[in-house]
Amino acid sequence: MMSSFLFRAMDARAGIFLAIMAAVIVLVPAGNLLMPEGSTFHVPNYAVTLMGKYLTYALLALAVDLVWGYCGILSLGHAAFFALGGYAMGMYLMRQIGTRGVYGDPILPDFMVFLNWGELPWYWYGFDMFWFAALMVLLVPGVLAFVFGWFAFRSRVTGVYLSIITQALTYALLLAFFRNDMGFGGNNGLTDFKDILGFDIQADTTRAGLFAASGLALVVCFLICRAITRSKLGKVLVAVRDAESRTRFLGYRVEHYKLFVWTLSAMMAGIAGALYVPQVGIINPGEFAPANSIEVVIWVAVGGRGTLVGAVLGAVLVNFAKTWFTAALPDIWLFALGGLFVVVTLFLPKGIVGTLSQGWTALRQRKVSEDFEAGSDQPPSQAPQSPASPANVSPKKSASTVPADADPQPAE
Amino acid sequence: MSLMRSFLLLFSLAASLLAAPALAQSDPETLRPLINELANGKYSETEKQIGALVATGDPQVAPALEALSDGDLYVRKADGEVFIIKKAGKAYALIDPLTLETAGEAAKREMDKIKVNNKLRRVIRSALGSLTLMAPDPTVRMAAAEAVFKAKDPDSIEALDAAIAAEADDGVRKKMEEARAAAVLNSDMDEAAKLQAVSTLGTMGNRDALSLLIAVQSSSEGALRDAATSEITKIEKSIAAWDAAQNIWYGLSLGSVLLLAAIGLAITFGVMGVINMAHGEMVMIGAYVTFVVQEFIRSSAPGLFEYSLFIALPLAFLTSGLVGVAIERGVIRWLYGRPLETLLATWGISLVLQQAVRSIFGPTNREVGNPDWMSGAFEIGQMTITYNRMWIIVFAMLVFAGLMLVLKKTPFGLYTRAVTQNRRMAASMGIRTPWIDAFTFGLGSGIAGIAGVALSQIDNVSPNLGQGYIIDSFMVVVFGGVGNLWGTLVGAMTLGVVNKFLEPYAGAVLGKIFVLVFIILFIQKRPRGLFALKGRAVEA
Repeated sequence: MMSSFLFRAMDARAGIFLAIMAAVIVLVPAGNLLMPEGSTFHVPNYAVTLMGKYLTYALLALAVDLVWGYCGILSLGHAAFFALGGYAMGMYLMRQIGTRGVYGDPILPDFMVFLNWGELPWYWYGFDMFWFAALMVLLVPGVLAFVFGWFAFRSRVTGVYLSIITQALTYALLLAFFRNDMGFGGNNGLTDFKDILGFDIQADTTRAGLFAASGLALVVCFLICRAITRSKLGKVLVAVRDAESRTRFLGYRVEHYKLFVWTLSAMMAGIAGALYVPQVGIINPGEFAPANSIEVVIWVAVGGRGTLVGAVLGAVLVNFAKTWFTAALPDIWLFALGGLFVVVTLFLPKGIVGTLSQGWTALRQRKVSEDFEAGSDQPPSQAPQSPASPANVSPKKSASTVPADADPQPAE
Repeated sequence: MSLMRSFLLLFSLAASLLAAPALAQSDPETLRPLINELANGKYSETEKQIGALVATGDPQVAPALEALSDGDLYVRKADGEVFIIKKAGKAYALIDPLTLETAGEAAKREMDKIKVNNKLRRVIRSALGSLTLMAPDPTVRMAAAEAVFKAKDPDSIEALDAAIAAEADDGVRKKMEEARAAAVLNSDMDEAAKLQAVSTLGTMGNRDALSLLIAVQSSSEGALRDAATSEITKIEKSIAAWDAAQNIWYGLSLGSVLLLAAIGLAITFGVMGVINMAHGEMVMIGAYVTFVVQEFIRSSAPGLFEYSLFIALPLAFLTSGLVGVAIERGVIRWLYGRPLETLLATWGISLVLQQAVRSIFGPTNREVGNPDWMSGAFEIGQMTITYNRMWIIVFAMLVFAGLMLVLKKTPFGLYTRAVTQNRRMAASMGIRTPWIDAFTFGLGSGIAGIAGVALSQIDNVSPNLGQGYIIDSFMVVVFGGVGNLWGTLVGAMTLGVVNKFLEPYAGAVLGKIFVLVFIILFIQKRPRGLFALKGRAVEA
């Protein structure tokens, strides 16, 4: 059962992806820890942290791709789940500081001492234990997404309306976390972490470990997403994306399917946030900003929505470009990012991976048909049997029917 | 001291009573010796001389006394004449203390300052109050009554009585009676008089009266205390009503700001179904047009500054409108029917526009001035109404009405509605739908631009101006119901008022969070907004 579940998750594209990920997970920490400095294979410390950050972003993009690419739910608030997971981890890290803080209070974090809080608020209890914090990383975003989704999907809020209220959700959380009274450090957020699970958070080995953990989390989540999208459940999700009413009339409880992937996606985003925080060393309300959530969507769009691998690729590429641009040409970055939004939506609606695989399929098709025309040694019955043959019509059809396809979407 | 002062005041009162109607304007020359006397002697003598001046009961002496209290009254050493001086460079400009005409200049060393101390200042203040109560100018009398009300000096009761008897203006008399009531409560008069005073204050019904009554309540007992308590509850009720009115006003003001920001969006999103995330940047462009217009006026035609906003309005409309048309032709028309992609593309455009403005004008806030007719405030009852807020409400309503007219009464509006309702049929009737799309989008963007002109008056003009409004605007349109301008109006006003009513209880930030959560829940209940379109249009 389990092996067949995993087997379904595999194909050539996923195989390449997993191979690359395995190489990255092994080679980057090894290059950092084992290679001597000055060697061409040495990976500098900042690069490990930076790439670790990209991996957590990639996980966030994967979560967005699951709901947007496969279920048609465009979330403009996924950064909220990411930040909530980050805050849960940040609270654990704050409690680990103990007496090493500026005020040396064994229980209260520094900002609470500073604000003259007498005792720890109830919602901070338990965060001194890692297992509890790890549970909360999953539960807090999960429960919020469940409640939000329960209301939204049951009353059939879809399309643009849903996007706007997810944006309102993250905006409301942004405002809330800015308040000092909330007990999450207000404007400054949580920072100045010392160690995680007893390891010094600044040490090279810890950073390499966090990098590997991020990579593993990405691989595991990728496999889960892959398995889901290739199962029967995944087929229903795509049906919901393409024609929600029709799927409902066929007897599927659309809102249950949506609620399931929505909650799962939020939990993945929470994990990404939890891995992000110890690597960058700070979490503050700025992470809730609606602009962040929209940026995640463009990562997915660049890589290719509905491809999973594309989301990862898009997140890494766009963030690499961001790092490079903001250092080299800071004024140009917003032009580049803005232009990317426009260009991708206009000219690359399928994203990089989608376009490439479409081109690949078309190429193979042509080859098959050329062979078929040239050589009469192929039995005529072969062509309809070839696995690519259903796609025979698809490239042209999808190109010509984009406007017609899109028609049912807005009113949904 | 206080004995003497009461004596002086009594004396002045007697004098004023005797001469009340006639003394309004006596000959300045009879007063001059008295004023010149001020220069002689020590503080105690000056005090007597002030008393003598007050005793004339002539308002003409008031400027001299004011100048004395401010330290601007000087004596000329040569002839002992007293003048009010104004510092003019190294010399003093002399002003005649009675006629208030300029009387030449004098070098500093020719003049001696008439010294004054705090005790004298107090004497002058209370004397001035009762003195100017009889002034011919009602605004001066009003100010005097207010001064006495604040001083609560029991010694001025008699002066007030006389003034009330002679007063012709109802408003001023009322103020004087209130001042008298305040003074009576502060005196040791009998309970009947105080009860009377309490009820006078009760009819006054504002916060000043409330604080006085609370003082009475805590310091008295018996009937007086009961009376004060009942008046306090009455006043608190009336204050609560005024507070509510003020909150509604603030709410309407916020609502009209939201309306201005959202109304352009109501066209592009509501009527055309295009999610324009760059809408906030259209508002920003309008604000920057105002800035550019004002800069131009400052440098080349300063006289036109008062009209700068009227000049900026059409320019902002055109600029934002053209940018809007360009966006529609360049990007959005390829994305009709794909709302989520439109959202992403327009978000990208908004980033580009923001960065473009940041590169041209710099990242900091730009100064946009208020013309005179936009600054200042006036009062209705116990509400303060600032002119800029008032004009913005008026302006929002005008824009709304104008837009309704355009959409309902012009051929262009007819075409727009036709295309909105059924694109294909409109096209078969000969309407050039692509043009209508472009112009409708331009109209929505242009409206955002003129909203930017208005918002530049109350908000910081910075590249981030638009971002602050985009979420609120979407909330308004979605709450009001897409495709319905009336819904946008009601939505904006409701959200504005609700926000302002929550603020006193929850604070500004928490209030806003509540409103957001409320909208999220509301959309669950009515996914198509307050005024949803019904019938076939829903599926369009």
